[in-house]
Amino acid sequence: MSEYVLSVGMEVHAELRTESKMFCRCPVAFGGMPNTRVCPVCLGLPGTLPVPNRAAVQMVLRTALALNCQVPAHSVFHRKNYFYPDLPKGYQVSQYGETNPIGYYGYLEIPKLDGTTKRIKIRRVHLEEDTGKLLHLPGGGSGVDYNRAGVPLMEIVTDFPPDIEDPDEAKEYLVQLRQTLLYLGVCDGKMEEGSLRCEPNISVRLAGAETYGTKTELKNLNSFRAVQLGCMFEKKRQSELLEGGSKVVQETRGWNEQTESSFLMRVKESEQDYRYFPDPDLIPMEFTPEQIEAERAALPELPLAKSTRYQKDLGLSPYDAGVLTADRAWAEFFESAIGQGGDAKQVCNWMNGDFAKLLNEAGETALTSGEATVGKTSKVRPGHIVELTKLIEAGTISGKIAKEVFGDMFTSGSMPSELVKSKGLTQISDPAEVLAVCEEVVRENAGQAEQYRAGKEGLFGFFVGQVMKKTQGRANPALVQESLKKALETQ
Amino acid sequence: MGWMSISLDEARHVAKLARIELDGAELMSFQGKLNALLGHFEDIQHLDVAGVMPKPHAVSLSNVFADDVPGACLPREVTLALSAETKAGLHIVPTIIED
Ligand SMILES: [Zn+2]
Repeated sequence: MSEYVLSVGMEVHAELRTESKMFCRCPVAFGGMPNTRVCPVCLGLPGTLPVPNRAAVQMVLRTALALNCQVPAHSVFHRKNYFYPDLPKGYQVSQYGETNPIGYYGYLEIPKLDGTTKRIKIRRVHLEEDTGKLLHLPGGGSGVDYNRAGVPLMEIVTDFPPDIEDPDEAKEYLVQLRQTLLYLGVCDGKMEEGSLRCEPNISVRLAGAETYGTKTELKNLNSFRAVQLGCMFEKKRQSELLEGGSKVVQETRGWNEQTESSFLMRVKESEQDYRYFPDPDLIPMEFTPEQIEAERAALPELPLAKSTRYQKDLGLSPYDAGVLTADRAWAEFFESAIGQGGDAKQVCNWMNGDFAKLLNEAGETALTSGEATVGKTSKVRPGHIVELTKLIEAGTISGKIAKEVFGDMFTSGSMPSELVKSKGLTQISDPAEVLAVCEEVVRENAGQAEQYRAGKEGLFGFFVGQVMKKTQGRANPALVQESLKKALETQ
Repeated sequence: MGWMSISLDEARHVAKLARIELDGAELMSFQGKLNALLGHFEDIQHLDVAGVMPKPHAVSLSNVFADDVPGACLPREVTLALSAETKAGLHIVPTIIED
């Protein structure tokens, strides 16, 4: 088979985290009874006037700037006309045009495996409204729930020709974009609930060919893995079609999670059929340079920049830095601990190790940002971890005891020093005391001691275990090694 | 016809997009009306509009926004009553067949 190269354009829809809808004040929520969050405006009843949600416009502006976009001085809303039962008005309010959307000509950097980054160009970031939900009923017919109709929706589209050239890059683009949206607090990023939806445009062409192949659009991808698998599947499907002398048809295909394959949904409509025109009910928006610069200055440090800084300034590995910055609340917790004098590597190890494990066991998947607290069940604050690492560093407690202390402070919220004091967990670092325990253990296990001296050196670990058992794990490990050798040789 | 005109097929396509069923005579009539409308644009095309900003609206307002504060919705029975058929709180529509 000839060699085919992949090109992926990404179209991402993000539901904005506003309290109310885009053009009316119906509340925004997930779930609930169908058709309970609708009003004359979002149903498009005659005589109503839509008014744009200020917070939604700000969120898109913030995202546009975070994605290094240009922002126009003037921006308007358009009507995209088509008939479908999930669209109560007969049109969707959206933003058309090359330089009319709130953001255009931007880019997002994604990390590559070799430690470098790649720039993915972004064509536009625009504001529109979501449609209702169609539910297919058993026994025929469809039911419509308009609760979602009119929810503010942001569309982020990559540029053409596409920069994304393999399935891993497609996944990484989405990972970075999702993290960015979460950092900005504009979307909750729940792919499984559909608040973040990704529709890649996928095409292949012969290696070295200049013109791009016909693309297909993939829908129903509700995880990062699905995006990756979907791109892989389409590359194979399209390459085989071309290799067999057939053509790729421009169509929308659905992704089947179970069979890990795509199926034909519909042949794409052409853009002119949407008959876009400026919405006469909606007043144009204007963005002043002052407003744009104020928003830009207020942007938080974004995940990739943070990760790069952690590696460069704090000496963390790319992996550690990546895990710490994947979630804004997690990164803020880390930074607060460092600010309180914690050692970066030590704090990082405790956070990404025991802390993450305990949070995971408590079922805390979505972490909450702010106040440098993480999770609802955890009582651990940055100060706890800093104190714990200092106790280990000073030799007051062993790493093993520290793990116990961590579990306790996770639920009790007590400071590590208090726990160590009240539970008598201080490390035994007195050489005489440790040696005495070691000698006792050797005496009690004379048979094994005999075998050890006869050359069965593997028994050393057994003696270490016995000493730790006798001291409830409090003996200084380095001292135990040293003292045991002495005790075994002399007795 | 002038610089731009609408064929009968295009008129039929527009009618289809608008979900309007027209017979042959009606189609011809709409084709004529649409072309007359385009003829008006042709007149405008002769004007010198260099340096004139496109104006999407008749009003000279900008930045009219509402605060993001949830308000009241319609009772469900009121909106469902607008539908020809409902079931389990949903508006019932025919099964969608993609064309
Ligand atoms: Zn509404």
